[in-house]
Amino acid sequence: MSEHLRFKDHYNEARIFFRRAIIVAALIVALVIVLIARLYTLQVVEYETYVTQSDRNRVQVQPLPPTRGLIYGRRGELLAENRPSYTLSIVKEQVGSLESSLRLLRQLVDISDDELEDFHKRLKRPKRRRRPYEPIPLRYLLGEEEIAKIAVNEYRLKGVVVEAQLVRHYPQQELFAHNVGYVGRINERELKSLTPEEYALYNGTDSIGKIGLEKQYERLLLGNVGYQQVETNARGRVLRVLERTDPTPGQNLQLFLDAQLQRKAYAALGGRRGAVVAMEIETGGVLAMVSAPSYDPNLFVTGISYKNYRALNESPDLPLFNRAIQGGYPPGSTLKPMLALGGLEANIIDEHYSVRDPGFYQLEGEERKYRDWKKRGHGHRIALKQAVAQSCDVYYYDLAFRMGIDRMHEFGDKFGLGERTGVDIPSERSGLWPSRKWKRGVRGLPWFPGDSLNMGIGQGFVLTTPLQLASMTATLASKGVHRQPRLVKRVGEQELPDKASKVVEASEKNWSLVMESMEEVVHGQRGTAKSIARKANFRMAGKTGTAQVVGIAQDAEYDSEALAERQRDHALFVGYAPADNPKIAVAVIVENGEKSSLAAKVAREIFDEYLLRGQFDNVEVGR
Amino acid sequence: MVQQDFQRRMPEASRDLRKPMGVWQRIHIDVPLLLGLLALTAFGLIVLYSASGETKFYIQRQTVFISLGYVAMFTAAQFKMSFLQRWSPWFYLGGVGLLALVLIMGTGAKGAQRWLSIGGFRFQPSEVIKLAVPMMVASYLGVRVLPPSFKHIVVSLMIVGLPTVLILEQPDLGTSLLIAASGLIGLFFAGLRWRYILGAGLLALMSAWPMWQFVLRDYQKQRILTMFNPEADKLGAGWNIIQSKTAIGSGGVYGKGWMNGTQSQLNFLPESHTDFIIAVLAEEFGLLGVLLLLLIYLFILGRGLLIAARAQSSFNRILAGCITFTFFVYIFVNIGMVTGLLPVVGVPLPLVSHGGTALVTLLTGFGLLMAISTERRKVSI
Repeated sequence: MSEHLRFKDHYNEARIFFRRAIIVAALIVALVIVLIARLYTLQVVEYETYVTQSDRNRVQVQPLPPTRGLIYGRRGELLAENRPSYTLSIVKEQVGSLESSLRLLRQLVDISDDELEDFHKRLKRPKRRRRPYEPIPLRYLLGEEEIAKIAVNEYRLKGVVVEAQLVRHYPQQELFAHNVGYVGRINERELKSLTPEEYALYNGTDSIGKIGLEKQYERLLLGNVGYQQVETNARGRVLRVLERTDPTPGQNLQLFLDAQLQRKAYAALGGRRGAVVAMEIETGGVLAMVSAPSYDPNLFVTGISYKNYRALNESPDLPLFNRAIQGGYPPGSTLKPMLALGGLEANIIDEHYSVRDPGFYQLEGEERKYRDWKKRGHGHRIALKQAVAQSCDVYYYDLAFRMGIDRMHEFGDKFGLGERTGVDIPSERSGLWPSRKWKRGVRGLPWFPGDSLNMGIGQGFVLTTPLQLASMTATLASKGVHRQPRLVKRVGEQELPDKASKVVEASEKNWSLVMESMEEVVHGQRGTAKSIARKANFRMAGKTGTAQVVGIAQDAEYDSEALAERQRDHALFVGYAPADNPKIAVAVIVENGEKSSLAAKVAREIFDEYLLRGQFDNVEVGR
Repeated sequence: MVQQDFQRRMPEASRDLRKPMGVWQRIHIDVPLLLGLLALTAFGLIVLYSASGETKFYIQRQTVFISLGYVAMFTAAQFKMSFLQRWSPWFYLGGVGLLALVLIMGTGAKGAQRWLSIGGFRFQPSEVIKLAVPMMVASYLGVRVLPPSFKHIVVSLMIVGLPTVLILEQPDLGTSLLIAASGLIGLFFAGLRWRYILGAGLLALMSAWPMWQFVLRDYQKQRILTMFNPEADKLGAGWNIIQSKTAIGSGGVYGKGWMNGTQSQLNFLPESHTDFIIAVLAEEFGLLGVLLLLLIYLFILGRGLLIAARAQSSFNRILAGCITFTFFVYIFVNIGMVTGLLPVVGVPLPLVSHGGTALVTLLTGFGLLMAISTERRKVSI
């Protein structure tokens, strides 16, 4: 029936409405009966149950926080533990006058303004976020004397409680700050980012992993919260536990990191700024990862003071900066073995191909001289082995020019340059492995042949992190097998698998050529790192490098001497040992170290420590 | 065959045949409804005094809001229905516009964006829309041929759906639920055919299983399960329910006496003066107290439906029906939630819970009911 032919029938509409209203009335009555039935059940049938629950004694639900998982080093050294500590808290619902209680407390124990402010912030948290009768922490790490003072005055301090809590502690102090990281108190922003389910997990826990492994493995380390329903008397004393679900402790982590090796590496840097990464070639496990200078992570656990934080944050030495995974350095000559392999595989050079090195290189039709680091040059007939051993720049200018950016980019890509390694700690940087496309996109310029020359000696646009260099070296040492760098070896009792893949295909002959030339760097007559070969009873392979400092901020605050120091070249070394059966790969960078032998010496100390003392000392730490 | 002109007029036609108006009708007050509301708000104040820990602050505020509400009610009762019907679309569009504005520049309370402040004055546009949606639905359907055709049903659904979605975005599940209910019941009152109702029901049932099985992810399922079983989350939402059930249950038949409820007085009960106020009432006045409250509610609801049934146009009927039924949804969802029957969504107990804007809106709604009930009858011989 067409719409137009229908007329409003007021009588009919009123009738329809009346019928519908009756139905609605019936529905309302039915639902009210449901409500009454429910109330009857609660108030008459189950009256006894609820009346005992409410009468005299009060029922509370208390969270039972889980114990955070421990973190062990490769040989069972404890890197992160939980220590009992006493916290002064206030139960808002029980305290009479908050003002006067706080005043009295401040007379008894030392409470700073910062702590007071934090307390008020916690107090103001929205009601929905807080359970009634939840103690709100005011002061952490109470001393024995302070606990005694509060105990004596307990009668005057209604609603003030001293709770024993487990607080995270890092016994190795600054040694592992950059990789283990630290926990700190949950802040407002972190709270907001939690889903309700996650939020429930943090009942009774007030710390959360902030950086490093503590952050990456937060969920595993945290465990699961338990709870108990308790009856308390009017003063909040627990009379009876009605129901209890135990918390599940967090999982323990065992790392590849070796405290002994880490300590050695840190000491070997001798107080200089720099980074060291050592990897176990067989597994990709990171044995040592040092970024110097470092800081004591324990400062952050219960809240760092503003003064201390400022000192760390504003230090020109950047102690909070994790150089090993965030520092982008020009790799300098440490790239040369990799590029040599690329040239060999592309048939641009062979074992016998040689160049003449007058101390500089010129592009055809260009005035500009690209200098060798050795002013007079390396002589007439420099072939592959010596070009690596002596780090001849001109040989590589020539190689880079003939190989061209595209082939260089493609080959370096296989070694993971310009990409995050995917190591299991957060905030890793990707570095920069330039390409024609990148330059046009970012700089808006075409790729010039001169750019290729700079790239051939690891300068120019190239930026790498020490971890990338270590990973590249490990891939070279295992003839093209890449294993993703990782810190955690075992979660609980479960060994984590390694992620290995063959990323570089090259002929056996070319591999040996490159590896022999790297050995020549250390053990050859004219090798740039021959100083470290002394008294070694194993053979090493490696490559030195120096990198020009780029883009240093010319801050007027530095005195000129310090500024001059900060503009010196960085010293680099990458290498592996033993040369015939590689077990460990190392990348070292000493900021403004000038002489690459300085970095090579650090590597030698790590090789010694690992190969002569520590290698077979694996200890399994169970739960 | 008619020989004679016959008189087309009734004798004494100059007299107004309509019933003479009483004084209450002149000032547009429906007396039974007013008495019911007065009883309810008075009872509410008594409970609130106890629930807010015997402080005068909430009582004073609530009294101010109740007075404001009655003024708003009285004002609303003076409107001519034809005027309201004509202006409903503009009222509705304004409300939707404000809702959109809230999403863009609203300020939040407890992590949700609901408030709009204009020149230091803050208000919730969702309150405006609570009246605008039933008015819009009633005015749209009121002039159509009823029962509504498929096209009219679709348009009505869009009228209801737009503000519902906007409020869900805030996010405010409770209010969007109320809005949706207030609009959909309008369709039902308009005579929505049973085949559509059954069809929609079947469709919902049939899509539920594949949604659950294939579309929802595990964590979403978990969330839904927690919502319907809040006691699984003992420390969060479940804590409130455990406490409110204890409070209600321990009240028994006769209650612990006014201001003697241990659960509520000792701060165990969260939100005791707002959404969970019925628990205080149940603890202190027992089952009898709750029954008295329900009785008052039922009286008001009955009066509302009666006014709707006796109204003179489809617009009036549908609007009155919507307002009355929405009032009931408030009651049912709130009590169901506090007693652990329904998931916890933030819906206050109407005219009892502390909270200004909702109170004013509800009483304004009742003002419209009074306008409908006291409208002058057209000539009926």
